[in-house]
Amino acid sequence: MSSDSSWASALVRISPYTFSAIGIAVSIGVSVLGAAWGIFITGSSLIGAAIKAPRITSKNLISVIFCEAVAIYGVIVAIILQTKLESVPSALMYDAESLRAGYAIFASGLIVGFANLACGVCVGIIGSSCALSDAQNSSLFVKILVIEIFGSALGLFGVIVGIIMSAQASWPKA
Amino acid sequence: MYGWEMLSFNIHDGFLEAIVRGNRSGLLTASDYNNLCQCENLDDVKMHLTATEYGPYLQNEPSPLHTTTIVEKCTLKLVDEYKHMLCQATEPLSTFLQYITYGHMIDNVVLIVTGTLHERDVNELLEKCHPLGMFDSIASLAVAQNMRELYRLVLVDTPLAPYFSECITSEDLDDMNIEIMRNTLYKAYLEDFYKFCQKLGGATAEIMCDLLSFEADRRAVNITINSIGTELTRDDRRRLYSNFGLLYPYGHEELAVCEDVDQVRGAMEKYPPYQSIFAKISYGESQMLDKAFYEEEVRRLCLSFEQQFHYAVFFAYIRLREQEIRNLMWISECVAQNQKNRVHDSVVFMF
Repeated sequence: MSSDSSWASALVRISPYTFSAIGIAVSIGVSVLGAAWGIFITGSSLIGAAIKAPRITSKNLISVIFCEAVAIYGVIVAIILQTKLESVPSALMYDAESLRAGYAIFASGLIVGFANLACGVCVGIIGSSCALSDAQNSSLFVKILVIEIFGSALGLFGVIVGIIMSAQASWPKA
Repeated sequence: MYGWEMLSFNIHDGFLEAIVRGNRSGLLTASDYNNLCQCENLDDVKMHLTATEYGPYLQNEPSPLHTTTIVEKCTLKLVDEYKHMLCQATEPLSTFLQYITYGHMIDNVVLIVTGTLHERDVNELLEKCHPLGMFDSIASLAVAQNMRELYRLVLVDTPLAPYFSECITSEDLDDMNIEIMRNTLYKAYLEDFYKFCQKLGGATAEIMCDLLSFEADRRAVNITINSIGTELTRDDRRRLYSNFGLLYPYGHEELAVCEDVDQVRGAMEKYPPYQSIFAKISYGESQMLDKAFYEEEVRRLCLSFEQQFHYAVFFAYIRLREQEIRNLMWISECVAQNQKNRVHDSVVFMF
């Protein structure tokens, strides 16, 4: 550890467990935020449009399911991340290897959380437009569903990269 | 901020936007109008309308039917839908929905004042008022003798109060003054509505300001054409034009000095959107101008539905319904008077 700048030493003296815990919290917290945001955007339009066109309700629940999937990604990654936490002896706590593991879990959590936030909002807005268009013209539903599928792939990208990041989080052995 | 309203619009107004879009799908289409135009008498018209969304409102009417009954029942449907939306709306949508009805309020006030001037019965006049523009103390308008009394007795408690600052005089009401009062009030109302929409920002501001500018410009042209040959001075005429719109301020300068319809055409042809309107009517003709303006308005209103997450769909829906009621009135009158060849003079198809 260099002592050139006191700020640099402040950062590396933060325990890697702090970073890991924050990463896990962000992973599930922000994913659920994204999913909820998407669901309310879709749900309010769907309910209003279904008054005049009741046939749209069952098909358009797919949009809500895509948003919900985003929250499930967050939960799965949080569970995977917390299994990566291991105890290290206190002598090795601020070792480069421990810091690396801590940062890997943190980054993984951030990646998944914010990718799912964007994905949930995206799918929600498209789902709202899908419900309103389907109510006017039922042939549009399948075409807009394709756009939603592309949108929900964004969350999947986040999960994949997050899992790869966390796979190489190896804490030093005694 | 423009573009980010889609993140938070649905919290308060998503449900109502979906409802208004569902209502829009109930507007009459070109095939409905074709069926209606081929009716032989008003009972046929009633039968065709019962098959549309107007069914529950018209099916209990006894024959013989009058055109006024048809129009009244159709307006009742619009009022029911409006009230349903208004009671579920929160700020700022509820204020926006109320702004839409102030134009009708102004028309009702002018109707009652003019009718009282010509010694008509107040109750008869109240029946002719547009239901969207009713307010509580409207019947006491018949008592006022001049504008100051009008304001002090009745209008100070209504939402129209701030629009009166420009037209309070102590002159007695006569036909000319009443028309000037109507146009001054409408000018103040449009400017107020424009400022309100700009304050809302985002897509609402952009679309509504375009629609209101068109309305202001259309009123400027109508005021000009209607005041050609009357005693309205040029300064008075310019004072009636709104302070926004495509024609402000240079087009207003030119319109203020126009003395006949061809000069109006010359002034308007410098603006590309209005040039296309004036190209549809030939020289010297002004009857088709109304229909050309209505067609352009309907085109712009239908375009506002192409974007989501803004309030202009509510404004557009109410205006499109009003246009539909105008169409139905024209068709019913033509059918009732057996002049079906004139039906297409004034019917504007929406889709």
